[in-house]
Amino acid sequence: MLSRVAENIYWLARYVERAENTARLINVNTNLMLDLPKFARPGWEPIVEILGADNGGEGLPEDADERSVLHYLISDTNNPASILSSLLMARENGRTIRDIIPREAWEKVNDLYLVAKQDAGKGISKRGRYDYLGSVISGAQTLTGVLAGTMLHDDGYSFLRMGRNLERADMTTRIIDVRTADLLEEMHEDLTPFENIQWMSVLKSLTGYQMYRRTIQVRIQRPEVLRFLFQEKRFPRAFYHTVCEVEECLTSLPHNKEPLAKLRPLQDKVLKADPAKLRQEQLHKFIDKLQLGLAGVHNVIGKTYFLHS
Amino acid sequence: MAIRWGSYKSKDFYDELIRVAGKPRPVANTLCRYLSDLKDRDIEEYKTAAELAIQVMGITFTVYSEEEGSIDRAWPFDIIPRVIPRSEWKQIEKGLVQRVKALNLFIDDLYHKQQIVKDKVFPAELLQDSVNFRKQCVGVKPPKGIWAHICGSDLVRDKDGTVYVLEDNLRVPSGVSYMLENRLVMKRVFPDLFEESNILPVDDYPSQLHDMLTAMSPRKVKQPEIVVLTPGIYNSAYFEHAYLAQQMGAELVEGRDLVVEKDIVYMRTISGLSRVDVIYRRIDDLFLDPAGFGTDSMLGVPGLLKAWKAGNVALVNAPGAGVADDKVVYSYVPEIIKYYLGEEPKIPNVPTYRCFNKKERDHVIANIDKLVIKPANESGGYGMLIGPQASKKERDHFVRLIRRDPRNYIGQPLLALSTAPTLVGNRVEPRHLDLRPFILSSGDHTYVTTGGLTRVALRKGSTVVNSSQGGGSKDTWIMED
Repeated sequence: MLSRVAENIYWLARYVERAENTARLINVNTNLMLDLPKFARPGWEPIVEILGADNGGEGLPEDADERSVLHYLISDTNNPASILSSLLMARENGRTIRDIIPREAWEKVNDLYLVAKQDAGKGISKRGRYDYLGSVISGAQTLTGVLAGTMLHDDGYSFLRMGRNLERADMTTRIIDVRTADLLEEMHEDLTPFENIQWMSVLKSLTGYQMYRRTIQVRIQRPEVLRFLFQEKRFPRAFYHTVCEVEECLTSLPHNKEPLAKLRPLQDKVLKADPAKLRQEQLHKFIDKLQLGLAGVHNVIGKTYFLHS
Repeated sequence: MAIRWGSYKSKDFYDELIRVAGKPRPVANTLCRYLSDLKDRDIEEYKTAAELAIQVMGITFTVYSEEEGSIDRAWPFDIIPRVIPRSEWKQIEKGLVQRVKALNLFIDDLYHKQQIVKDKVFPAELLQDSVNFRKQCVGVKPPKGIWAHICGSDLVRDKDGTVYVLEDNLRVPSGVSYMLENRLVMKRVFPDLFEESNILPVDDYPSQLHDMLTAMSPRKVKQPEIVVLTPGIYNSAYFEHAYLAQQMGAELVEGRDLVVEKDIVYMRTISGLSRVDVIYRRIDDLFLDPAGFGTDSMLGVPGLLKAWKAGNVALVNAPGAGVADDKVVYSYVPEIIKYYLGEEPKIPNVPTYRCFNKKERDHVIANIDKLVIKPANESGGYGMLIGPQASKKERDHFVRLIRRDPRNYIGQPLLALSTAPTLVGNRVEPRHLDLRPFILSSGDHTYVTTGGLTRVALRKGSTVVNSSQGGGSKDTWIMED
């Protein structure tokens, strides 16, 4: 497998996963805004920050209203983190490897971008948003399914899975981070009922609510939710699951010593953490560390396998 | 009923489908009947279905524009096919095989003994001034003496029905992927027509191409490593490069993926360097190996030319093959065929005036308002003058250009290019077209595509069919007559 191609496959998967999770993130926040009492609503600023969308590009004016924020997050191609930018990059990467991925997959990538572009207006409006984001999410899922079901499960597929899982791990931590951003808990003791609603919405945004219920039969509680999202090996969007996927891919690839050496401490770190002890500030710091760990793994994969000329 | 053949008129031109008003040619009978049975909303539906298929399949070509950088455009496609009877196509096929055979002998001769020059059939000064003659290739012996493995020859039909070769593309001819995709689109849109008529398939091309490339491998291994070398995603034909690589199961590489060590070409892979046997290159000679050709471009693969000369890798087409892809050389093809094969050309050339010859130049200048003037080495319809349609200022400009560099220009009569019914809204109007078949040569075997790519000038009255200049395409059906 060509190094350049491996790199393009990896990025294709990352960008598609990023678009999907950005849609999920916008969904969580939209729901949070509806559920919380007016005075405690976090607004959109934390999301913009969490997506890293505040650096690079023109940025947003401080007093931006909801429509402009949503335009910025969904369809502004000057914002490298917008859904449309991610899908555009996915398409560009897909285009350069259309000889590698199955034709149906390329058609899906192409279609995903074109539809997301065409319907962007719906995503910005309050009424059409849920459907729009839903179509981005299900489009990305369909693509994942097409690839899993039709692509040769060879080295290229390993790079695809690694890209997807590293991005998913990163975005899962970011979605959890939305909850650390507003610091509701410390500020208002009488907001405890809302606290659970919010964790539920985080679970739901990761399509993890039902699965959580099936594994953990207690009611929604913060430590349990965190344990589930960080450590549950059987849940595909949980951090530990995703890094184990990366480990499995690396095991089948050549020259994997260095990348594995970078990955394993990260697996240990997440397993050893005690979610009950992660209060807001510590949680935020913990997430930061995991994200740095992911960046380290990404860099060593690039150095080992990709084209650096 | 939307399409009425009775009111379709292609005055003064040969029409590919309709013989005289209301009367289709025999081979197009079924098709024309089918089309005239369609209601407005059927046509609308089919058009939309075709557009959708094109969009979904991501069939695009890239156009570079100053304002927007590189943009992708869907390639305009007309759903009414062009039909050619099989008996006629068989003759054309023979003519193309003959032509490409002679051209390969000619190129090989130019890089070795130059017997044709010594015998004064081909003028020495033309060779000296040829911008596509590569002195670096002199004495090189590519396998089986084949230089132009892939040739795309443009055919046009004049008013009386005669088919001419308008030009031969021997460097990196493109368009074959559109031929293949057009057929896929048509099968999605008109399955019933394909079921009831006998339309010869075109899908064989990628495997023929693969076989030819495999045959060129210097290492006799079962599965030689074949790569398609592309300039990258910003090239207008990138879609095609990726498409062909995919269809053949070959790697699609860019210059930076390749490296030459000790005259052996490798590609960089995730597990290290891996040897390459055959390169189907879709980049021009001069960008192949900047060091080898003495250009200072950063593209390309340093050392590639040397590896090729050492016989360690096959380059398809061979560097230097473009020497015969020159519109002045073109005018000699009938003589070339006679010289090497001792045969009369089976497909005629368009009569061509060579401006380097004083007498012919004077004729061109005196009749510039009746002729088409083309530069020797441009493609894509760039840099040409259509005398009868040009302003006096444009014509004067070309007279100056010809005087300054006579070697670089030819003049040809303006052919009355044939037409075919093309959808304009929900009605049909005649539009001019040409045909580009592709010919593969491996030395042992010559393969001609079944039909080829029909390009159509979508603007009324226009004869410029290039995709970069408002052209579109049609599916080409070779049918039993």
